[in-house]
Amino acid sequence: MNYLGRRLLRAVLLLIGVSALCFLFTEMAPGSFFDEMRLNPQISPETIAALRSHYGLGQPLLVRYGRWMKSALHADLGYSIAYNAPVAPLLWSRAKNTLLLTTTALLLIWMLSLPLGVWAANRRGGLLDKMVNLASSFLVSIPELVIAVALLAIAVRWRMLRVGGMMSADFEGLSPWAKLQDVVLHLALPAFILVLCETAVIVRHVRASVLEVLGAPYVQAARGFGASPARLLFRHVLPVAANPAISLLGFSLAGLLSGSLLVEVVCGWPGLGPLILEATLSRDLYLVIGGIMFSALFMVGGNLVADIMLLAFDPRIRREEADAH
Amino acid sequence: MRTRTAILVALFAGLHLVLLFAGFIAPYDPTTQNRELPYAPPARVHFKDSSGFHLRPFVYAWTSVRDGDQPDSSQDSYKEDRSHEYPIRFFVRGPSYKLLGIRETSAHLFGVGEPGKILLFGTDAYGRDELSRLLFGGQISVAAGITATFIALLAGSILGIIAGYYGRWIDESLMGITELFLSLPWLYFLLGVRAFLPLHLSTIRTFFLLTGVIGLIGWARPARLVRGVVLSSRNRNYVLAARGFGGSDFYLLRRHILPETFGLLLTQAALLVPRYVAAEVTLSFFGLGVNEPVPSWGNMLSTLQQYSILVSYGWLLTPACALVVTSVIYSVLADVFHSRLKSYSTEKK
Repeated sequence: MNYLGRRLLRAVLLLIGVSALCFLFTEMAPGSFFDEMRLNPQISPETIAALRSHYGLGQPLLVRYGRWMKSALHADLGYSIAYNAPVAPLLWSRAKNTLLLTTTALLLIWMLSLPLGVWAANRRGGLLDKMVNLASSFLVSIPELVIAVALLAIAVRWRMLRVGGMMSADFEGLSPWAKLQDVVLHLALPAFILVLCETAVIVRHVRASVLEVLGAPYVQAARGFGASPARLLFRHVLPVAANPAISLLGFSLAGLLSGSLLVEVVCGWPGLGPLILEATLSRDLYLVIGGIMFSALFMVGGNLVADIMLLAFDPRIRREEADAH
Repeated sequence: MRTRTAILVALFAGLHLVLLFAGFIAPYDPTTQNRELPYAPPARVHFKDSSGFHLRPFVYAWTSVRDGDQPDSSQDSYKEDRSHEYPIRFFVRGPSYKLLGIRETSAHLFGVGEPGKILLFGTDAYGRDELSRLLFGGQISVAAGITATFIALLAGSILGIIAGYYGRWIDESLMGITELFLSLPWLYFLLGVRAFLPLHLSTIRTFFLLTGVIGLIGWARPARLVRGVVLSSRNRNYVLAARGFGGSDFYLLRRHILPETFGLLLTQAALLVPRYVAAEVTLSFFGLGVNEPVPSWGNMLSTLQQYSILVSYGWLLTPACALVVTSVIYSVLADVFHSRLKSYSTEKK
């Protein structure tokens, strides 16, 4: 099997594993999802029994899982009890906003940390290196929640950015240009918080991977043959250092999505985060599972993109492919 | 280097001692409400009054003044009532509490005479003393972090040892599962697992539930790292020699392989504790963790989700500051452990 096929298989296995894990947890949970409903005197036991059989909660785990799997293949992730609506469209309408936030943040993070990390490694021990080190080790040790709350407080206090939600109240009446401006102004704060949290982590990894290649014997040899510093960096070091950096892109997605959930809740960004939190608080089984599946889907998708980029950028992998055939 | 380590150790010990003796240092019970003093600002400690300078510091009582200009304003603002001074006394009797959870006592580090109140960090919406809540909340949050770390490391090292030592299909399947756990965004996962568990429980059960969930999600990384160490030490010559002399699996693990993982586990613990403290704080912030009226740093911060409170009452951010201090101390500690471990392993080569 070739490289991409293997990766694709891995992605599918991962998604199956995640969904199986979710269902396993539902089974482990003590009590039932209708416990809180049962306490409500306005709902009769017959209604609850009907709901139970309607959602198939009476059946054994494997049957439920099989049924869910079958419908999930048709993009039907079940039914939300709290919203009284199918889960998939509900999630998708929010997932778009999460995607907007995370892709914006991801682009900014890499645009910042690539040059910073490469520069810091190239001028090891220099002023910029020291500054990057200090700032990143400080930021890394501060919990995301604190960064988010602190920046939010600053933004609200000085009225710098638009805070809360994704659009202003008068959004419908605005011209297209003003609409775009409005969304960007709302996007700025959550995106900035995410960039601040994640760049600190990624800069360090980029710096480390470039440093590692810089110390390799073949780079010393190239330097000995008189390669100019620029040629050394761009021709000999960066292509090799790109491999761990691209792998990191895939890994960093998990952190970014977690951070995004937190930031969305704190800033009131209408993404998946607040929806999942609400679903958790109201114990909306299929909505929670659907939300986790969506986040896993993003992860797997991002990792696949990273794998394709790896194939495109790293000749060693293409070579392996050619040798295998 | 030595002094830096000494300072670090002092800070580390200080933090935990302060939290351990929270009842003694806190002047009040964390759940006592003063309904007439909602959102009182931090008390100002004075040394000087109209009669001159005093060696013993004192505070004034807050009297609330409604804003006359805005009749609909529901927010109180406060003014110092200068008519009466309340000198701060040390080692006083106050509300009784259980020291270290064992001994019933009413000794407090400091306090002022009734009816005065010493509210060094201000109060929250119910007029509860923020400092007392901060200390007691810290007890819960940090203990949750440490317990969750313990669970994660215990589960991780057991599974890591099994995977590394026995290898083959056990190793492959266990590592497959760790990959599953590592590839998920942990906060989504945490919320998901939390969703399947009951929301309203007694504090003690919530505590163990939370730490259990956090630890359960976190076992994967330590398991991988421990597996790596076990894998590399399994075939060292002295291990092979011990095996040749008839050492059992259990003996080899206990005597030769486990000690190799201690440095790694210590570093991991210092890395994980602040992360799991933050996880508890995040969950409680979302309203999924420790419930009111018991304080935790997370549920203390959760009132700040309302922007008006966030902006007007800056002293309610003190739990965030405490969280930063805790995280920084632990992460510097992790750095020290890490560099020690690295220099040790390079020496050995």
